[in-house]
Amino acid sequence: MPKRRIISGNHAVAEAAIRAGCRFFAGYPITPSSEIAEKMSELLPKYGGRFIQMEDELASMGAIVGASLTGAKSLTATSGPGFSLKQENLGFAIMAEVPCVIANVQRGGPSTGMPTYPGQQDLMQARWGRHGDQEIIALFPDSIQETYELTIRSFNLSEKYRTPVVLMTDEVISHMSEAINIPDEVEIINRAEPDVPPEEYYPFDGSKGMIPPLATYGTGYRYHITGLVHDKTGFPTNDPKIVNEQLLRKVEKIRKNRDDMVEVEEFQLDDAEYAIFALGSVGRAAKQTALDLREEGIPIGVFRPRTLWPFADKEVIELAKNVKKIFVVELNYGQIISEVERFASKYTDVLWFGRADGRLIPPREIKSFIKENI
Amino acid sequence: MKTEIVKKYLRMDKMPTVWCPGCGHGIIMGSMLRALELYGCTKDDIVIVSGIGCSGRTPGYIDANTLHTTHGRAIPFATGIKIMNPKLTVIAAMGDGDCAAIGGNHFIHAARRNVNITAIVFNNGIYGMTGGQVSPTTPYEAFASTAPYGQLEPPFDVVKLALGAGASYVARSSIDDIPKLDEIILNGIKNSGFAVIDVITPCPIAYGRRNKLTDDPMENLKWIRDITITQKKAEKMGEEELKGKWVTGVFRDKEQMDLTSLYLELEERMKELKDEKKEEKVEKIDEKTDEEKRE
Repeated sequence: MPKRRIISGNHAVAEAAIRAGCRFFAGYPITPSSEIAEKMSELLPKYGGRFIQMEDELASMGAIVGASLTGAKSLTATSGPGFSLKQENLGFAIMAEVPCVIANVQRGGPSTGMPTYPGQQDLMQARWGRHGDQEIIALFPDSIQETYELTIRSFNLSEKYRTPVVLMTDEVISHMSEAINIPDEVEIINRAEPDVPPEEYYPFDGSKGMIPPLATYGTGYRYHITGLVHDKTGFPTNDPKIVNEQLLRKVEKIRKNRDDMVEVEEFQLDDAEYAIFALGSVGRAAKQTALDLREEGIPIGVFRPRTLWPFADKEVIELAKNVKKIFVVELNYGQIISEVERFASKYTDVLWFGRADGRLIPPREIKSFIKENI
Repeated sequence: MKTEIVKKYLRMDKMPTVWCPGCGHGIIMGSMLRALELYGCTKDDIVIVSGIGCSGRTPGYIDANTLHTTHGRAIPFATGIKIMNPKLTVIAAMGDGDCAAIGGNHFIHAARRNVNITAIVFNNGIYGMTGGQVSPTTPYEAFASTAPYGQLEPPFDVVKLALGAGASYVARSSIDDIPKLDEIILNGIKNSGFAVIDVITPCPIAYGRRNKLTDDPMENLKWIRDITITQKKAEKMGEEELKGKWVTGVFRDKEQMDLTSLYLELEERMKELKDEKKEEKVEKIDEKTDEEKRE
């Protein structure tokens, strides 16, 4: 029997992280994510893990990458302004292919914005916040239950694909408490360690698979890591052929495995002629809207990606082929709409509704927008 | 013999280095390697972390666990490594821009929390790799590509900064006194807390040529000799005389509670707490059985 508990979104991240095997947290206080750090400071020492509050966001991100290289599953948590600061070493982690998880509890932006109000304004920052060409995995829960599950999934994907994963919650999800089921058993994935002797080990060798095993510091595999473009040995190179091979592998290990990463909730879409595209907490208002409109005889459903990046492009195309209109609803002035349009516009009409005033969008507002535009 | 020791720790296939003729970075790296040999840990247990710039290339030449990170961030990465595996000997190799400008915040906080890392500052007073811009340790009135009329600002004293912030080992030497440099790096590694070693070194190409020293290594070395003063000599000199000089020596060498020991202590405390809770439970069960017995 799974345990039933009432828990907040931020505490769910911390507890699920421990469950996933996370044993290191480095962070910096920032609203509305601080309860994750607070909970981790309490839990980690009980589980043989270590917690440190660093001097700033950049340092926290650097510390979790360092800790991960010693074999520890590592977490940091932040919100918009801190997420901006973490981009530097997040880019390093992507380049060096070091597993780690960043919980980004979104608040109203830009700049200091609205620390205690929700937003969905970091969608593109998660995707393109760093310089350089790269892919990222980002997950987007709509409830505390899903926050628990997707936190574990973040660690699993991070370890499996040797890459950082961003868990995107928001102020509503983080501070809301809900009853959730703590599952008895969860799938835990640990990173692949090298199965060759040190003299045959190359940390970035893609010849035996797109995800080369990552050796743990201090275990006899003495290798080099740099943020410079490197060859399979980890040492810098400017050779265009090798540069292309290495950078393409880092991108394609995400792109070619997108089917394993992309998850979508399809709510009442089977017979739907219209669809609402929504993410995270907005998805819940969208689902209520769909139920309300169905009572009025409008066949509508909700398409809610649990995976923000890589984008659910194939699924959106399928959706677009089957509905007359897609209503994209988001807590910003138009971010994910451009992605939806990119894939859906060829097949159907895409309309946008949203705002970024720090308040959630209630079902009645979504409803009247849809009724006006149907 | 000394060359053989250094070779033992080098990735010889990565030679020659990127460093310019007359650069002191190779000398500092040599001292570091001799100190590691005397310290006696295995290569598998050594981690060398660096930031960006000429000094940033140091780890690449060393046969150990090596990590070339982002600009100024060697210490945060090193902190994560040291905390999660205290058995590793962790050295942060940084430049003066790395340590005292972009990474200044990390530097002072590592000193405050006394994390067991040996921070070696390759202090040449200039941003060499980017072409000779002023750094936080560029001497007052010196010329640089971003100070064509002379540097207007005073330099940072890395030693005073580290002392003020609480590091447990603080020393300064130069590449002009190699045996001393070997010795202080070794003592820095031996110290259980945060050790700071500020090494004054020349950059003939980016600094020397702009400051009447030419690119001749010997001219630059003579200048290093001129601007470094031992503590003993400095005691007899006035404030005016000491302007523009770097005082060398060991400024602090004490054992004080370091971060990883505190983590291990906490771990013990947590274990005791767990045991106490277990005992409490056992006692409660015992009480129950007593009650049951009475019934």
